[in-house]
Amino acid sequence: MMPGQEEGANEYEVRLGRLSALTSKPTHYCSGCEHGILTKLIANAIDELELREKTVMIDSVGCSVFAHEYINVDAISAPHGRAPALMAGIKRVRPDLFVFAVQGDGDAAAIGLQELIYAGNRGEPITIFLVNNAIYGMTGGQMAPTTSEGMVTTTTPEGRDTVYTGTPIDASKLLASLDGPAYVKRVFLPIAPLRAGGLYSAAGPLEGARSVVNAFKVQLAGGFSFVEFVSTCSINWKMSVLDSKKYASEVLAKIFPPGLYKDKLGVEKR
Amino acid sequence: MTVREFVKGNEALALGALKAGLNAYFAYPITPSSEVPETLAMKFKSPEYPDFKVFLQSSSELEAINMVIGAAATGVKVMTATSGPGFSLKQEGLSYASAMELPFIVADINRAGPGLGNLGPEQSDYFQATRGGGHGGYRNIVLAPNSVQEMATFPSLGFSLAFRYRTPVIILADAFLGQLKEDTAFPTISQEKFDAPWATTGARGETRHVLASLHLDLEDQSRQDERMMKKYEEISRAEQRAELYRTEDAEVVIVAFGVVSRLCKAAVNALREKGVRAGMLRPQTLFPFPDRYVTDLMAKGVKRFVVVELNIGQMLYDVRLAVEGGAAVDRLNRFGGLLPSSGDIVAKVEMASA
Repeated sequence: MMPGQEEGANEYEVRLGRLSALTSKPTHYCSGCEHGILTKLIANAIDELELREKTVMIDSVGCSVFAHEYINVDAISAPHGRAPALMAGIKRVRPDLFVFAVQGDGDAAAIGLQELIYAGNRGEPITIFLVNNAIYGMTGGQMAPTTSEGMVTTTTPEGRDTVYTGTPIDASKLLASLDGPAYVKRVFLPIAPLRAGGLYSAAGPLEGARSVVNAFKVQLAGGFSFVEFVSTCSINWKMSVLDSKKYASEVLAKIFPPGLYKDKLGVEKR
Repeated sequence: MTVREFVKGNEALALGALKAGLNAYFAYPITPSSEVPETLAMKFKSPEYPDFKVFLQSSSELEAINMVIGAAATGVKVMTATSGPGFSLKQEGLSYASAMELPFIVADINRAGPGLGNLGPEQSDYFQATRGGGHGGYRNIVLAPNSVQEMATFPSLGFSLAFRYRTPVIILADAFLGQLKEDTAFPTISQEKFDAPWATTGARGETRHVLASLHLDLEDQSRQDERMMKKYEEISRAEQRAELYRTEDAEVVIVAFGVVSRLCKAAVNALREKGVRAGMLRPQTLFPFPDRYVTDLMAKGVKRFVVVELNIGQMLYDVRLAVEGGAAVDRLNRFGGLLPSSGDIVAKVEMASA
């Protein structure tokens, strides 16, 4: 039990030892990056729900392009932004298979927004995890559709001017406005500093773990599930890992408030 | 059993694909190809075609080709159809699918002009289809029907080639063939089931399949490219297809594919009546280009080729490459959605041979 957590709230069990859905390869993710945490949470959920032998994962373009190196399932690479369309193609011909993708904010909310919206609108039984770190990580720190006002990136060296480039896109709210999606949730994923001197909260990863399992259960019940993970990118934000966690909780979590935006099947209540 | 129907080329393409065991179709509508999805929508859920499990109209050409990629990755028979502007948007997907070696069919019912152009027939997507129209170096097998009959039979051939070589296959037709109605035979096609041991359909124990196009290691990408180059060379050796018409003693041979080859056939007959020893070579595969047929004709004494095509000159370059300076190569081009008359072709051949 974590301090301050409700009794019984955490049904999630962290598996020790090797997960069958995880390879033994060390990840290439930078220190402090939430991609590594999410990789583990996904592998854990695949094992928990015994999905490995029916799973096809879609590698998207961005930091998650190497997901198949770490998650030990069948996988196919999508062109930038097109993962939801590939998943729809797979599920339409093979409804017995289980599919998911980890997409970045550029992949899902910029170049692939149309594919995301239409897959959601059709209620395709697929699962999408959006890692929203407010920047293009893999290409070296350019402005993302989710970059906050004033944030310095390599293509907004004086800080993002939202009058000139528009305001951050809220993919969760966009999807929740449609009838199709069954489950839309936003989770604050980073391990958060509680106070100076080294006390941290793991509430984010634990909430993330529950949400991954719930999102998978929604797909198994025939619904479209989407979880956005508010995350960090200390390298490209040019901050220390600690400062990036602070920035995420003080700035990003206000632009992208965590919450359950849609749960048509009521998986969170079960 | 053979059924005969009086149908449009686009309808024949759809019905031919169904007879070949089509499992899934994803597409975005575009004139002059829309009768393909319309025909398939009518047949969807028909007890006639129990294997036709999925018909889905997408929100865009990009979404359609990526749905095709996803479905193809599971090893089923999947197709899409489009026309020029949509074919441009398909190129991203074709590049990825070629890299991941996925079998499926894309039909391009070529309309006229760059940009929106018009709805008349052209053969101006020849380069885009035969050269690998997306980024990176790759080739796709390209089949060129010239009748409603071939629109009906090429989907079966296309799936067979697509699975044998693990590659996308393009059926390059044009607005004329798509809209033309002809008496068409639909023989019962043996619905060949193709093994797809590479398909991504869930790991089995320690065995899993990964279809990826990213090869960050330079040597790794180089090995991949070399393997693909060898595959394209093998396709070039084994899969050249063409029709020869009255070439036995020919001195001048018209090279034409698709709808315009039918006018060329009439022109050959008219030239023969005038005493000109003319013949025709009609490529049915554009990649691989049937260059072996060209060199065989040259060995038999053909001194001149006249390339007739509905574009500003594209197949012309493949004929020149095949000839390697060993014979004269002339050209007759019509474009903008217009066709030459057989009289125009006769006049061109006579002038060139004079």
